[in-house]
Formats: sequence, C-alpha cells, structure tokens
Amino acid sequence: MLHVERVTKRFGGLVANEDVSFDVEAGQIVGLIGPNGAGKTTLFNCIAGYFPPSSGSITLGGTDIAGLRPEQCAKAGIGRTFQIARTFVSMTAQQNVMVGALLRDRSVRHARARADELLEFVDLARCADRPAGSLTISEQRRLAVARALATKPRVLLMDEVMAGLNPSEVREAVRVVLRIRDQGIACLIVEHVLEGIMPIADRIVVLDYGKKIADGTPAEVSSDSVVIAAYLGD
Amino acid sequence: MSSLAPKADDALTVPPISRRLGRNAAIALAVLVVAALVPQVVTSPSRLNLAVLILMAAQLGVAWNILGGYAGQISLGHAAFFGVGSYTATLLFMNFGISPWIGIPAGGLLAALIGGVVGWSCFKLKGHYFAMATIAIAEIVQIGFNNWEYAGAAVGLSLPMTERGWRVMIFGDKASYYYLALGLLVLSLAVNFAIERSFLGYYFRAIKDEPDAARSVGVGLTIFKQIALFASSFLTAMGGGLYAFKELYIDPPSVLATGLSIKMALSAILGGVGTLFGPVVGAVILTAIEEGSRALLGGSGRGTDLILYALIIIGVAIFYPRGVIGWLLERRDRKARHAAR
Repeated sequence: MLHVERVTKRFGGLVANEDVSFDVEAGQIVGLIGPNGAGKTTLFNCIAGYFPPSSGSITLGGTDIAGLRPEQCAKAGIGRTFQIARTFVSMTAQQNVMVGALLRDRSVRHARARADELLEFVDLARCADRPAGSLTISEQRRLAVARALATKPRVLLMDEVMAGLNPSEVREAVRVVLRIRDQGIACLIVEHVLEGIMPIADRIVVLDYGKKIADGTPAEVSSDSVVIAAYLGD
Repeated sequence: MSSLAPKADDALTVPPISRRLGRNAAIALAVLVVAALVPQVVTSPSRLNLAVLILMAAQLGVAWNILGGYAGQISLGHAAFFGVGSYTATLLFMNFGISPWIGIPAGGLLAALIGGVVGWSCFKLKGHYFAMATIAIAEIVQIGFNNWEYAGAAVGLSLPMTERGWRVMIFGDKASYYYLALGLLVLSLAVNFAIERSFLGYYFRAIKDEPDAARSVGVGLTIFKQIALFASSFLTAMGGGLYAFKELYIDPPSVLATGLSIKMALSAILGGVGTLFGPVVGAVILTAIEEGSRALLGGSGRGTDLILYALIIIGVAIFYPRGVIGWLLERRDRKARHAAR
C-alpha cells in the first residue's frame, strides 16, 4: 500500500533521513521506533507532504506522492496525527471530526452524521458537543485520530498516540488502533511507548541517526544486537 | 458504546442546533422589523444620520470579520478595499454616468481582484507579519490616490447633485440612506451566515485554530484564505461605494485612512471575533463612543475617540479576548452549569 523507497531528507548539511526504505500493507500495523532525534517525525513529515524528500520515492497504492503538498497527500489517502494533538480548540469535538469528513463530501449534514459514527468508533460519543479544548490529553489524541479517519485515509500515520498516557489510557489507545487495522487501513505508528506498540505491531522499523538499522517482527527486532546497542548505547 | 448513551452529561453541552436556529431566526426577524421601523419613529435627521453611521460601521465589521474573525487573518489594511470601492463607484458615475447600482458592485469586484493579488503575495506571511503587510499595502494605496490627478488627488471628488432618486442613489433625506445601509448590512450578514453554515465556515475556523492540522485533513490554506478575502474585500468595497453616495464627497483621508481599517477590526474584536452578530454589537458601542466624545468635547476633543479605542483594545485583550458576545456566552454557560448543580 505505502511504499517508501530510498528516501533521503537533508536540511542543509544535516541528514535527517538517509536511504530509508520500507513498506506498509493494508491491514498491517507497522511501528516506527528509534531513539530521540532518529528522524522518525521527519520521515512522517516527508510521507505526509510537510517536507519534500531530497531524494527517493514514496508511492501510495502505486501513485507517486513524494513532493505533494500536505492537503494533496490527504486527498490521495494519507491521514496523520501530530505529536501534540493539534485539535481545533474553538470547535466542539464533533465539529473537529466534521472538518475531516468534509474533504470527501462537502455536505455539512453528512459530515455531522459521519462525525458521530467516528466519535463512537474512538469511544468519544459522549464528548461530541464539548469544546475540544476541554477534553483530556488522551481524549484529544483519540479525537485527532477520529478527525484523520474522517478523511477516509488508506494509510494512517500516528505520531506518538500513546506518549504520556497512563496504562489504562494506553490500553484504550491500543484498542482503537486495532479497530482501525481491522478496517483494512494501513497503520504506521511512531511510538516511544514500546509496551504499547510491540504487542500489536506486525512489523517494526527501527531508525537511528536517520538510517534504518532494523526491520522485522517485534520479536526479531527486540533481540537484534544493533537495535539494543542503539537504545542502550555501546 | 451504544448510540442511546446520553450525550448531555455535561453542562457545557449546547442545545440542539435545530431548536437554537428556530429561536435565533425569530429573534433576527424581530430585530429586522424593529430596525425597518426606525425611520418612521426617529425623524430628527441628525439622529437618523447616527443610525446610518452605526449600520455602515456594523456592515464593515461584518465584512472584516469573515477574513479576520472566522479565518483568523488579521488585516489592518481594509481601508484600501473601502477606498477602492468608493472611488470606483464615484468615478464610474461622474465620468461615465454609470448608476451606482452597477458601480458599487463593480467596485466590489475590483477590490476583490486587488485582494486576490494581495492575498497571493501576503498569505504566506503568518500572524503579525500578515497584519503588517496589510498596513503597508493600505499606505501605498493611500499615497497612490493622494497623487492620482484623475481621482482628484488630495482634493478629492465631489458627486454632482443634479439628479436625485433611487437610480442615482442620491437623496435629500436620510431615511433612504438608512434603508440602503440596512439592506447592505443584511446582505453582508446573509453572506456571512451562509459561509458559517457551509463547509467553508468549518474550514476557515480550522485554518485559524491549527493551520498545519487543517492541511492534514485536506484544507489548502491559500485557496481558502483567498475565498475569505474575496468575500470580505467585496463587501467592504460595497460599503465604501455606499459611503461615497451618502456623503457625496470623498478624499483619501476620509476613505483610505488607517484609522478606518482599525475601526473595522475593532468593531469585530470588541463585539466578538468569529461570531455573526459580534461586529454589529461592537459597531454600536464604538460609534456611540465616537459620537459621544465628539458631542461632549466638541472640536477640541479631536482624537479623544482614538484614545478610547486604545483603552478598549487593551481592555478587551486583557479581560475579554472573546469580546462582548463571547463574554455573554460564557455567562450563559456558567449559569447553565450552576443550574445543573
């Protein structure tokens, strides 16, 4: 579904991503992990159109999306969430999701109905009419997921949906991610909370200093000596 | 969770939209009827003139609010659109005998076109930088008109009063201008209302709240800011055209001054940015202050209103950033929460 091939991103002399390649298939959860500053968020930004990659190709279902603008990527089928939820704080939770739904259907009435379905999907139905800014961090993260899902993405990029959550909130987030996968959406997740991502990921891609150092099942990756060295220092 | 689960478990809950809409429509209709009856009751020309000034200020606030309040792009150069509208309608009438019924919308279109160029060059700027660029552009326009002989330069233009009546939009009485100003205000509110209820209203607010997140759900920033600017500059210029035919005299200080831009922004900010009726409330308060200070202090009080404007800006920014309407809504919510306890 999502095919990233030899993507390099340079900022002046700094190489944030170097020659990174991997695939995410429909209905698959792929975790993107690595120490701080490994280039995970930069890679997200390249895929979602916020930075054009310096070289390499990114294709979604066969069409090239590298270098498209973020709004064009959204139309092509890339959904994303941000490290901080970036909810629209002047709106209610329902209206936040409606903004996403309006991409495929400009009817406000349809968008409202779709938003209610999605709020239920992420267990936020009871918050529909509350100002988005009054939700907890955990709720705002799930709201951002619902908003991204409303654009009917083929691939959903989630940037640290579990960071800073307590164990029960992590379980809630995990449940939502599994439900999204079951809908046949490809999930690419940047995560620091390894207890959250390891049990549910089909594959883990590890970045360090901008390069991919490992790619495999969670079991393979967590016993990989290079990965252990990157995390613990050598 | 089942769909039967109670949604209203919180006092912050807003009443169902259909009910609110019905009630609000009734209120709006009542206000409109009262407003239409004003010239029947108020016969003093100076009082009626004050009412016209309020309506025109409100209309400009509403027009500004589409771009500044909903889409969050603070323009402090809207006087340029106002001036272009008034000069276009005036010049078309004086030199070609074209009726203001065509001239005023034509001024609107020209201003919107100029707005397109401004937006294309300035919408990459964020926040304060955008506001500063709009000030600069308005200054350039003002200097240009000050030196443009065809447009009367610094002397300005006087409309000939050889013909009167609806065709030329020139009247001896104030009541006709009152109805024109009311009509333009209602038109502006209707445009704003239609935008607010459509996907555009949601997109504008998304751009204002979180531009990067808006892009992630497919909202292109420049195109939608341009749409907001188009509606906003068009309506502002229509206000300028009407001003010219009401005053029958325009010059750069009266239709292109920076103070005018600030007043448009201020009526929206004082009343409540991003709300339909906020600018109307703000315009009533501001015009009252302006005329009141003038009446109290006379000619020696020139500039007093500017000092008061400054105090209002500081006060609103510190105590009520959501303006009068926002403050009223908060009070209502607080009461509702108390009642729920």
